[in-house]
Amino acid sequence: MSLDIDQVKHVARLARIELGPGEAEDALAKLNGIFDLVEQMQAVDTSGVEPMSHPQELYQRLRDDVVTEADRRDAFQRVAPATEAGLYLVPRVIE
Amino acid sequence: MLNASLQELASALADRRISSVELTRSVLDRIAAANPRTNAFVHVDGDGALAAAAAADARIAAGEAGPLTGIPLAHKDVFCTEGMPTTCASKMLANFVSPYDAHVVAQLKKAGTVLVGKTNMDEFAMGSSNENSHFGAARNPWDTSRVPGGSSGGSAAAVADGLIPIATGTDTGGSVRQPASFCGVTGIKPTYGVVSRYGMIAYASSLDQGGVLGRSAADCAPVLSAMAGFDPRDSTSLERPAEDFGRDLGKSIEGLKIGLPREYFGEGMDADVRAAVEAALDTYRSLGAVTVDIELPNSRLAIPAYYVIAPAEASSNLSRFDGVRYGHRAAEYADLAEMYCRSRAQGFGSEVKRRILIGTYVLSHGYYDAYYLQAQKLRRLIADDFRRAFGQCDVIAGPTAPTTAYALGAKCDDPVQMYLGDIYTVAINLAGLPALSLPAGFGDGGLPVGLQLIGDYFAEARLLNAAHRFQQATDWHLARPAGE
Repeated sequence: MSLDIDQVKHVARLARIELGPGEAEDALAKLNGIFDLVEQMQAVDTSGVEPMSHPQELYQRLRDDVVTEADRRDAFQRVAPATEAGLYLVPRVIE
Repeated sequence: MLNASLQELASALADRRISSVELTRSVLDRIAAANPRTNAFVHVDGDGALAAAAAADARIAAGEAGPLTGIPLAHKDVFCTEGMPTTCASKMLANFVSPYDAHVVAQLKKAGTVLVGKTNMDEFAMGSSNENSHFGAARNPWDTSRVPGGSSGGSAAAVADGLIPIATGTDTGGSVRQPASFCGVTGIKPTYGVVSRYGMIAYASSLDQGGVLGRSAADCAPVLSAMAGFDPRDSTSLERPAEDFGRDLGKSIEGLKIGLPREYFGEGMDADVRAAVEAALDTYRSLGAVTVDIELPNSRLAIPAYYVIAPAEASSNLSRFDGVRYGHRAAEYADLAEMYCRSRAQGFGSEVKRRILIGTYVLSHGYYDAYYLQAQKLRRLIADDFRRAFGQCDVIAGPTAPTTAYALGAKCDDPVQMYLGDIYTVAINLAGLPALSLPAGFGDGGLPVGLQLIGDYFAEARLLNAAHRFQQATDWHLARPAGE
């Protein structure tokens, strides 16, 4: 299979990445090269094979529902692009 | 001192023949003089290092020193270091100063090591040449017109060039082992789940694993022991007791069964790599090991499966970089959607964007079964190959990479060619096995060749000893690049 330019633009929108002029075309050529590689997978009959999500068969650990972290809001917000009164500032989304 | 082993450094520190402050000063001087040649470090914290060294000296004076107290070390810039830049070699995090330490960083601080700085890498650990770095490519100290490998290229170059005795790395598809091979150092990636991923900026969470690069297996062992161990903050951290990975060092390898996968010795490997690997196997036979031919029939599927699973997980992990809580935010935007799209367009480099796009596509509606699920099934087949193979042998050996270090720029425009260089390493991550690369000799142009040893789950101590016995019998790991 191969992607077309509209699919690349659609995927970029889904991924929230703006593509500049010419970038979609460049991405298209390289992505199609990569998909040619990936397509080798499709020739393999995997019926009855259990998918492996992790090397060790783990289950999610549960822990007691207690506070384990201290409040470090100031330290964490110091690295934010824009904050005010302990809140993260973003463009208005509701008029 | 720049060529001493960790054990020699530890005993010099214990006997007060040198202080950690003196040792750290010599490391800082060496970095100042030689780093411009390789660009191995992206950040050096001289004052912090000297303060940590003074604290280590006090511990040594008080008789409270461990085997790593006072030893200078560097972290790959993928590990969060509190109060220090943590950039992942990305514009996205160029100004990020971590508010907390990764588990690995905290463990090694506790052991008394002296953190000197952060090493260069491919952006978000995506790459095999260290050319995808916002801070410029790192270069191979054996030939600075060549790549050091990636993604832990800065760590490998720094150790090889004597800038630092030991450095951490991470390995998602070969990112510790391949640069170790290209730079002529020893690098180990343990069993998935042995080293906590907490504070290790995520690329592909089901594959990412912390590791270590040093001059020898004996140097790597105590550092890996200190880094490893259960951490409840990583949901895939394994609940196993602490281990001394150096416990087997020096044991005989008489009768060790080394499996040679037919698929790793076929076409595709350069002749000079083959010659060095074959000679290394002869050395193993002379040490009493026996070699047996094995098969890993699904090997050819590892790269396709990897380049679905890793980008899929990356697209999910990297969605956190939205310009809201940390990282780069575009200067101009009309609304929230445009802020996301521009911040990410400006903050990520082209290879990172490529992998996010692949991952987004394969996880998008209607494609999940054909790609991600199929790749996970292949992953099972690949892991089953190894399970069968370890019924016939104790360790598996082969080349780490099909070539020696290539020229800067040689594969930049062809991602597929770059990906195929990971042919011998990615299957190990898919299976979650431990593996290491050790210097096995030199190929054309005097460039290092790495031998890869792969172990069964939790066989780190055995692997390190197998490498150590080789290093007792050979001196490839002692060779140093000529420098200027």
